[in-house]
Amino acid sequence: MKHREAWLRSVAIFNLAFLYLPILVLLVFSFNASRLAATWQGFSWHWYGQLIENGALHAATGNSLLVAVVSTALAMVLGIPAAMGLERLARRSQHILGGMLLLPLVIPEVMMGVSLLLLFVMADMPLGLTTVILGHTVFNLPVVIVIVRAKLRKLDSCLEEAAADLGASPWRIFRLVTFPLLRPAILGAVLMAFTVSLDDFIVTFFVAGPGATTLPLKVYSMIKSGVSPEINALSALMVLLSMNLVGFSLLLQRR
Amino acid sequence: MKLYKMSVLSLVLVSVALGNGCQRGSEPGNRTLHYFTWSDYVSPELLTEFERQHGVRVVIDTFSSNEELLAKLQSGATGYDVTVPSDFMVSIMITQGLLAELDAKAIPNVALLEEHLQRLAFDPEHRYAVPYLWGTVGIGYDSAAVTPPPDSWAVLWDPRYTGKISMLNDQREVFGAVLRSMGKSMNVTDPETIEAAKQKLIAQKPLVKTYASEHYDQLLASGDVILAHGWGGPVARAMRERPSIKYVVPKEGGTIWADCLVVLKSSQKKELAMQFINFLLDTRVAAQTSERLLFAASNREAQRMVSRQVRENPAVYPPADLVPRLEWMTDVGKAMRVYDRAWTELKIH
Repeated sequence: MKHREAWLRSVAIFNLAFLYLPILVLLVFSFNASRLAATWQGFSWHWYGQLIENGALHAATGNSLLVAVVSTALAMVLGIPAAMGLERLARRSQHILGGMLLLPLVIPEVMMGVSLLLLFVMADMPLGLTTVILGHTVFNLPVVIVIVRAKLRKLDSCLEEAAADLGASPWRIFRLVTFPLLRPAILGAVLMAFTVSLDDFIVTFFVAGPGATTLPLKVYSMIKSGVSPEINALSALMVLLSMNLVGFSLLLQRR
Repeated sequence: MKLYKMSVLSLVLVSVALGNGCQRGSEPGNRTLHYFTWSDYVSPELLTEFERQHGVRVVIDTFSSNEELLAKLQSGATGYDVTVPSDFMVSIMITQGLLAELDAKAIPNVALLEEHLQRLAFDPEHRYAVPYLWGTVGIGYDSAAVTPPPDSWAVLWDPRYTGKISMLNDQREVFGAVLRSMGKSMNVTDPETIEAAKQKLIAQKPLVKTYASEHYDQLLASGDVILAHGWGGPVARAMRERPSIKYVVPKEGGTIWADCLVVLKSSQKKELAMQFINFLLDTRVAAQTSERLLFAASNREAQRMVSRQVRENPAVYPPADLVPRLEWMTDVGKAMRVYDRAWTELKIH
């Protein structure tokens, strides 16, 4: 019995190392004094200082934040009512419609990027921040729907029925009963959607236009002109931010 | 109540974003210039200077390869004004009708171009494009480890350096090097010559540590490779870390390239775009750019204004007697398929 536990533990450790070692290396080398990514020459904050001074990165960060905030808000406005509506449907239509709404999670992102691009071009919409925001809303929507629906299923329908019994209007029930109960899930969904949007490369790559270079696009083009520890520093910050957001989101969903 | 606030807030944000987006597209009179360029290809100080001079805003977006640039423009992206494709991409973009004709009077700095950049085959009269930065492809090597100093592509086949060689991860450049070493043009189209070149590359493969286009400067500087086939600029960067690094364009000759400034046909601000091009070609501006990026400026006066270290570095400014031995890469048309296949066969061999 003990033997088996040791074996399981080593598998777990191997898995964790496999997942986290690359990130750890990235973090450690972001503090490297040398310009070379592969040789260690002592500890330094130099590259973080460079980051702060790099104006092009500020613009890209601003774009990324704007896109993440707006696309998350849009996904919320569309996604929460969609989740509630789905739960009230008959079993069969719930399955069909629910499956259709999840499609963006399942189809390859490249295909989504190409199809969105074709759509925007056909609609004669100039590519730019607006198209990036719309694209991100498309893949954020299922994220919101999945998380909110999971919470809705766990809610006790008696509470809503009791409120209705006592004469509350549907809107009042939503405001005073359903929404407060959903709040942790909604906050969790906000953070998750925000993170997914902040990290997205592929869809953004296809639908970005003038003035819409986001942080991941910028990092990609920076690598082409040589890997510098500045990229390590930037990636380290992005990884830490994303991990915090996701961790926080999971915490909220558990409540 | 909170929900109400939240939805109002999100609506406000959405309308701000959409409004912002529409404004960009539909107002041709606004003074914003969109420059689509390689990452880190222009100094922020110089941009600020142009912005002050002309009372405009310059927005930078970046691409990472010529192919990406072309794909973006072909897919119907409009709104970019000025961009910088490499030589061979200029001719593709001209054929596809993506470029606007330049007004010679608006860009007087064209007169200051290096002589050998004045009548380029793909655009001899600068009707569409003006060379901006240029350079060569050669061999960066560690003079402490490679003796005698190499002067021929043959050094990349020397078994003494097994596992210490890096080649560009770029099919036309790699075939270019081997074709020159065979005494042929790097733009050959006949399948037999390409096949022979492929055989030579297969024979070289066991010696090659990696095919890398992005980080060979680091490989050189850290000593992981001592011979690197590559562009001069990154080799010059490696020299700063490891002074024993040197650069040579072999006697059989190598590639010459130039990134060229162009105005896109879809631009709504062609006049401003040409003023911007003229500004980038200005002697002082070009010298500053050349100094920082370690590529040669197309402006012949600029050379005198860069530091001696940069001016006398053959990786940045090729010596004048080298120019006749350099060759431009041209569109090989249908033979591209033969190259594609040979490259794949080399990679999977």
